[in-house]
Amino acid sequence: MPETRIVLKNCGQIDPGDVKTYLDRDGFSALKKCEEEMSPEEVIRQVKASGLLGRGGAGFNCGLKWELARKAEGKNKYLICNADEGEVGTFKDRYILTNDSFSLIEGMAIAGYALGARKAYVYLRAEYHFLSDALKQSLKQVKDLGFLKNIDIQILEGAGAYICGEESALMDSIEGKRGEARYKPPFPPIKGLFEQPTVINNVETLVNVPQIILNGADWFNGIGTKKSKGTKVFSVSGDVERPGVYELVMGSRLRELVIDLAGASETKAVQVGGASGSILPTHKLETKLSYETVLGSGGITVFNKTRDIIDIVYRNMEFLAEESCGKCTPCREGTEVMVEILGRINHGNGMEQDIKVLKELSQTMSLASLCGLGQAAPAPVLDSLKYFRDEYDQRITQSLYLRSLKGIRQM
Amino acid sequence: MTNSHRYDLLILLKRLQSEHSFLSRERLVKISQELKLPHNEVYGVSTFYSFLSIKPQGGNVIRICKSVPCHLHESQMAIDCIKEELGISPGEVTKDGRFSFELTNCIGACDMAPAMMVNDDVHGNLTPEKISKILKNYT
Repeated sequence: MPETRIVLKNCGQIDPGDVKTYLDRDGFSALKKCEEEMSPEEVIRQVKASGLLGRGGAGFNCGLKWELARKAEGKNKYLICNADEGEVGTFKDRYILTNDSFSLIEGMAIAGYALGARKAYVYLRAEYHFLSDALKQSLKQVKDLGFLKNIDIQILEGAGAYICGEESALMDSIEGKRGEARYKPPFPPIKGLFEQPTVINNVETLVNVPQIILNGADWFNGIGTKKSKGTKVFSVSGDVERPGVYELVMGSRLRELVIDLAGASETKAVQVGGASGSILPTHKLETKLSYETVLGSGGITVFNKTRDIIDIVYRNMEFLAEESCGKCTPCREGTEVMVEILGRINHGNGMEQDIKVLKELSQTMSLASLCGLGQAAPAPVLDSLKYFRDEYDQRITQSLYLRSLKGIRQM
Repeated sequence: MTNSHRYDLLILLKRLQSEHSFLSRERLVKISQELKLPHNEVYGVSTFYSFLSIKPQGGNVIRICKSVPCHLHESQMAIDCIKEELGISPGEVTKDGRFSFELTNCIGACDMAPAMMVNDDVHGNLTPEKISKILKNYT
């Protein structure tokens, strides 16, 4: 199946530095339609009916989120665009921000209208500082045309912390604090930034909005699978001929993306959704990409047959341990212990009971961690144990044998 | 800074970082007094974020991505290359103070792995030759 471009429809077609080229492609007609013909409630109804789910990875119903915040009581309401794209192997938002920031601004203006928010933030990761000037320029051009009369959009930059992509940590960061996950409830649409009702949407989610308004909820709802509507933008990297950003209809197969489009060959495994994403072996390449199956942030890393799965799982766990905010014990300690055990196995010092401990710890972490980081961290460990168990067993048996030769008994 | 609010802490720290290249103890104490915040909270925020540093940094900060997609494309080559060129290891500053060298987590440049940042600039598809050339542009 070829690419279907809804989110990326303007990328490469407009001059990202000139709003006129965006206007020529129906730019801001969705916002006009909202403001002139639709009540905020009607906008929310449309987005809800479209079935648009959050594209950052969690997959919450976007319209429902908006509705909760719209109805919540508060002095002010806030909209935040989450552009803290830190997930390993994910760069789709960078691509969108580089090539079509106008669609994002329009999506934000529509969201602001629907929520009744007068203030919005784009939380841009520090590593994407190089996009900041162009984004400010785009905002200025749109403002000069009079499209942002009802909302003030401000760009705020992070300071280097993966966890700030988690919505509650992101809000703490905007409030000038350490970016640590909050206890929920209350959820952000009820009590979020500065204790006010807040909606946090991913870049890609917001870019879908103008298209839904222009073409109707039924149109969007007709694309994709039962629960996953529309398209998904994927970032593909690793052992592929053509790394890059691809947009596919929800429910497309992993094989179409990594082999047909990105040109992977001699593939051993694919990780879907970043450092804590599922690891699938080649015989699972027919898996559909959707919220019902695997999706995450859309970050896809491909590994060829020369790659060592244990080493990859270990490195990703190192990443998660470093980036854990440290607030809750299951995540802070769990990721560290996993690094220790996986490192031991990886470096040839594994013990038989290690596998059992990894499994038990996985359960504790996914059940007891405060936020998605700790909850999802064990997923690739469990996947690798499921699909590549022989590699673990082999490595451990080998190390036991080598140690026995050296006269070291099993510890 | 007199009208600053507690919410401004991170913004103030980022500004100090870019002006002075690191957050000295004295400056952190001053901020905590001005914002009427406990010193430990200011210290806590200062050490939480990887783009803030409480240790002196070089005039230019090199950050090589060590995450998996870059690792698959020989990020170790880039690390060895910088070590060789500058004579320092990750976490160190050159004697002349021109460069700091750090390893960082995914910078979202996986389609051009191996990649690194020098200050705010992203450089991808690194090769030893390219790295030497890039370093010459930062004085």
